Amino acid sequence: MTEGFKPIAITLENCGKTFADGTRALHPLTLEIAASETIVFLGPSGCGKTTTLRIIAGLETPDPGGRVLFDGEDVTALPIERRRVGMVFQSYALFPNMSVAENVGYGLRVRRVAGAEAAGRVAEMLAMMRIEALADRRIDQLSGGQRQRVALARALAVRPRVLLMDEPLTALDAKLRDALRLEIDELLRRLGITAIYVTHDQAEAMALGDRIVVMDHGRVAQVGKPRDIYQRPSTRFVADFIGTMNRINGTVRDGAFVTAAGAIPWREAPPGASEALFRPEDVTLDDTAEAHLRGRLTAAFFLGDRTRLFIDVGMEKPLVTETGARRDFTHDEPIGLRIDPRGLMAL
Amino acid sequence: MKRRGALFWLQLGFTLFVCAFLIVPVFLSMMAGLTVNYLTGIESGLTLRWVGEVWSGYRDTIFLSMGIALACLAGTLVLGIPAAYALAKRPTAMTRAIEELLVMPVAVPGLATALALIVTYGAAGGFRTSWTFILTGHILFTLPFMVRSVLAVLNAIDLNTLEEGAASLGAGFTQRFFHVVLPNCRTGILAGSLMVVTLSMGEFNMTWLLHTPLTKTLPVGLADAYASLRLEVGSAYTLIFFLMIMPLLLALQAMTRHVR
Ligand SMILES: Nc1ncnc2c1ncn2[C@@H]1O[C@H](COP(=O)(O)OP(=O)(O)OP(=O)(O)O)[C@@H](O)[C@H]1O
Ligand SMILES: [Mg+2]
Repeated sequence: MTEGFKPIAITLENCGKTFADGTRALHPLTLEIAASETIVFLGPSGCGKTTTLRIIAGLETPDPGGRVLFDGEDVTALPIERRRVGMVFQSYALFPNMSVAENVGYGLRVRRVAGAEAAGRVAEMLAMMRIEALADRRIDQLSGGQRQRVALARALAVRPRVLLMDEPLTALDAKLRDALRLEIDELLRRLGITAIYVTHDQAEAMALGDRIVVMDHGRVAQVGKPRDIYQRPSTRFVADFIGTMNRINGTVRDGAFVTAAGAIPWREAPPGASEALFRPEDVTLDDTAEAHLRGRLTAAFFLGDRTRLFIDVGMEKPLVTETGARRDFTHDEPIGLRIDPRGLMAL
Repeated sequence: MKRRGALFWLQLGFTLFVCAFLIVPVFLSMMAGLTVNYLTGIESGLTLRWVGEVWSGYRDTIFLSMGIALACLAGTLVLGIPAAYALAKRPTAMTRAIEELLVMPVAVPGLATALALIVTYGAAGGFRTSWTFILTGHILFTLPFMVRSVLAVLNAIDLNTLEEGAASLGAGFTQRFFHVVLPNCRTGILAGSLMVVTLSMGEFNMTWLLHTPLTKTLPVGLADAYASLRLEVGSAYTLIFFLMIMPLLLALQAMTRHVR
C-alpha cells in the first residue's frame, strides 16, 4: 500500500529571499535535510517559514547565489510543476469544481496515468486517509478536518519526492488538531517520505519533527532535535519561544547562584553569569528551611491533573512551576522552592 | 407552512402591479400585430398577414442580429476572459485603474463610440459596409460587461492559491487555465454572456449610426417599420423579436442557474 515513495535528500545553499518591495523575508540559509527526515520550520508569524517552504517547493526563486538541490540535482530553475513535490496549503487549495475523488486524482490526470491505475491509486489514497465515503462529495460539503484529509490524499497520490505542509492544522479546532497530528505523524513514519512541516505551534513541532529549525526574523536561530532545542536553547529567543522559561538575576559566588530571593547551589555555573534560566519542571515546592528560593504566590491555576503556580521572587516576571499537590493554594502565601541544578542554564 | 402576514401580500401585490405595468403594453403591442385592423380593434379579426409580411421583408435583419450577437459573444469571450484573468492575476495600481475605466462604456453614449468608429474607419469601404463594422462596435460596447462579470468571480475565489495547488500536482499553465481557472469562473462567464447577448441583440443607438442599407439589425429594422409602415407591421415585428429572443435568454438563464 505504501510502496512507491522514493524519499530524497534536500540541500538548501545560501537561499535568501528579498521581495520586489525590498522586504528581506529570508537571510541566506544553508541546510541539509536527510532522506526520510521530518523537518519542522518553527517560528513566530512573519519569520520567513512560508517563504523557505515556497523556495523548496519552487513557488519562489531564491535570491541570486542561492541553490536548491534534490538528491544532489540542482532544481533551482525548475518550476514547481516539474519538481514532483506534494504540497498541502494552509487554505487547502482544493478545487471547488471537482469532487473529492477528482481532486485526489488530479495529479494523476495531468500526469496522464492510465485510467484503471489512477482509479486504483485514488481509492488507495482515500482508504489511507479514511475518506472513502466522501469520494463523490463536493468540496463545499466537507468539514475542515475532512478537507485536510483530502488535501493530504491529493498531495500524496502522485507519490511525491517530498511532502511540504504549510500550517496544515492551524485552521482546525484543538481536539481535531491533536487527533490529526497523531495521524500525520504515523503516516509520515509509515511512508518514510521526506517531509517539511511549517508551524508556529511549538507543541506540534516537538511532536512531529525529527529536527526543528527555529526561525526568527528571517534567520535560523537554532537547528536541532526537539529535546536538544528544549534543553539546550542556544539563544534567548529560542529559550523563550519554546516552552516556558524561568529567569532570575543574581551573581555566582562560591559554587552557588546568589539572588535576592535566596541562593541556588550551582557548581558548574559559568563565572560571571548574571542570570540563571530553568524550566518549570526543574522546580519543586519545598517548605523546609533548606528551600533555595523564597517568594509569595501571585496566582494558581488549577488544571485538573496539576496546578500551575506563579511565584513572585522580586524579579521582573514571576517564576512558574507546576505541582501535583492535592491542596488548595491561597493568594500571597509564602512559597519555598528547590531548583534541580541539572536544569540550570546561563545564556 | 408559515402563515403570511399582511406585508407579504402587500409586497406581492406591488410586485404584480409593477410587472403588469411593464408587461401589459408589450402584450397589447404584440396583439396589435395579430389584429386585422388595429384602429377597429380585435373585432376586426385575427390574422397572420402582418407576421408574414415582416418575415418576408425583414427576415434578414433577424438573422443578422442573431449572427452579430453570437459573434459578439465569441469575441467578448476570447478577449474578455484572458483580460479579466490578467487583471485578477496581478492586482497593481495600473490594473485597478483599468478596472475603473471599464465602466466607461456605460457613461459614454453609444452615439459617441459610433461616431468615433466612423471617423476612424469610415473611409475603409469594405469594412464600413460589412456587418463586421457593426460587430466591432458591439464588441467595444459589451466587452467591459464580460470583463467585469468574470473579474468579479475571479476576485472572489483565491485564484493564486488554486493555481499553485494545481501546479504542485504537475499542471502546467494551459492545464491550470482550462482545468481550474475556467471552470471556477463559469458563473461569471455565463452571467457575462447573458448580458452581452442581450445588449448586442437590443443595441440601437450605436447600430443606427453604424448600419448601412445592407446591414440592418433587428432593432434598426423595427424602428424603420414603426416609422414608415402600418402600426400592425411594427407590432408583428415586436412579436417576432420576442419569440426569437425569449428562448435564447431563457436558455442562458437556465444555464446560469444550473451551474450555481
Ligand atoms: N509576496 C511578498 N511580497 C512582499 N513581502 C512578502 C511577500 N510574502 C511574504 N512577505 C514578507 O516576508 C516576511 C516573511 O513572510 P512569510 O510568509 O515567510 O512568514 P511566515 O513565517 O510564514 O509567517 P506566518 O506564520 O504569518 O505565515 C513577512 O514579513 C512578509 O510580510
Ligand atoms: Mg506562513
